[in-house]
Amino acid sequence: MPIPRTTQIAYREVTPKSLYMSRRALMSAAGGALFAGLAQSGQKLSGYGKSRFSTPEKPTPYASVTTYNNFFEFGSAKDDPVVNAKGFKTSPWSVVVDGEVSKPRKLDLDAVLKLVPLEERIYRLRCVEGWSMVVPWIGFELNALIKTVEPTSKAKYVVFETYFDKRQMPESGGTGLSFPYIEGLRMDEALNPLTIIAVGLYGEVLPNQNGAPLRLVVPWKYGFKSAKSLARIRFVEKQPRTTWMAANSGEYGFYANVNPEVDHPRWSQARERRLGEFTKRPTLKFNGYGDQVSALYSGMDLRRYY
Amino acid sequence: MRLLATRWAKAAAIALMLTPAALLAWNASHGDLGANPIEAITKGTGIWTLRMLLISLSVTPLRRLISLPELAPYRRIAGLATFFYAAAHLMTYVWLDQFFDWHAMLRDIGKRRFIAAGLVSVAAMAPLAVTSTKGWMRRLGGRRWKALHRLAYFSAVAGVVHYLWLVKSDVRGPAAYGAALAVLLLARAVPVKSVTGSVGDS
Repeated sequence: MPIPRTTQIAYREVTPKSLYMSRRALMSAAGGALFAGLAQSGQKLSGYGKSRFSTPEKPTPYASVTTYNNFFEFGSAKDDPVVNAKGFKTSPWSVVVDGEVSKPRKLDLDAVLKLVPLEERIYRLRCVEGWSMVVPWIGFELNALIKTVEPTSKAKYVVFETYFDKRQMPESGGTGLSFPYIEGLRMDEALNPLTIIAVGLYGEVLPNQNGAPLRLVVPWKYGFKSAKSLARIRFVEKQPRTTWMAANSGEYGFYANVNPEVDHPRWSQARERRLGEFTKRPTLKFNGYGDQVSALYSGMDLRRYY
Repeated sequence: MRLLATRWAKAAAIALMLTPAALLAWNASHGDLGANPIEAITKGTGIWTLRMLLISLSVTPLRRLISLPELAPYRRIAGLATFFYAAAHLMTYVWLDQFFDWHAMLRDIGKRRFIAAGLVSVAAMAPLAVTSTKGWMRRLGGRRWKALHRLAYFSAVAGVVHYLWLVKSDVRGPAAYGAALAVLLLARAVPVKSVTGSVGDS
């Protein structure tokens, strides 16, 4: 098809403003409807596929997954978020993806959801505090989102910034952390197929206390790496200083890979208590995902880079 | 306030002080302790140890403040309740958390100062519980008994330090307990003479 050189067009060919404005209203209403539907926690998600990366282990009961949460924006006790995040506004929602990329974007939630088909990922989650659970997440690989913004050669790390609104999160004060919550991954970690953005769990939209509407899930790292309620994903050249590193760098490192051989000054990491189980089980290196991720760290001293 | 001196009043106080433990046991047996019941038992017995400790340390200042000598026996009751919760807390760690793995516990004590501090706090309480009887009071003699029981202050400080060292980043809890303890310790620095009607202070 020949491409016309000239961009001159007759006035009559231009869509009248009133018409395109009404189209926009229609589209945003449609988007809004989808959005409002999706933003309702408890709303069922459908049409998601299964994944070979899912563990066959029995998922931790829904009640435990949704009432035992570390989400300091809503308070420092495990049972705080389920109460305090109840009224958290997750719609409308958008996430900025920028930094060292060719195509920075600001995506609405529905645009994020349409990037690639959703799939279920049943992952182990190991908290640095020595407990673990199995969560049937629903989401998509972060690399799908990364590809659309075309990171430049300077993009060595990815910074994840959590949404923060002091008025909606008054319980964040006094928790000893500074907000917005910052986490980070090395580029190859972010591109690993195990790294996902979760939008749901147990077949439904992510409950607020679990980091609605979008959260990171990095199953081979301690839970605090999996930042919740993402507002911004930024590509940078230098390793970022994360929230927990800033709070206590002697205890929390940038990598935070699950590793029974590297002890934490506060909790032994050799064993863990799977929620719902009486005795403790041994903790697996990289939380049992060594086959997929150990190559990322070949030659690295994991004691030094904890 | 002769009522306070009755056996019934003391029995009621004991029952009241054991109520949190009973509730914890009831909830545990009914699966009502949330997603991580062992953690809930650990935290529950730990926080009630500190609360009972503060209650036992407030008996003497309160008795002086409101000139109520009948309160004196309640210090022992609260003290023994403190030791009861502390022992339950320690047993939760030894049994439900570590499953009698002595090697792991020794490593834990050496590596984690909050565990060492907690252990020191309980260890300081044990001789006080043993010598809480009238017989031991007589055997040791008033002065020595009093000197020994000053360990309660040390145990309390170690207990609050244990709490402070174990929290991740939110220090409001330990700060509140530390402040309450500071008030109770400072209350002891106030000269007894300035308070009227105090009899038989210890």
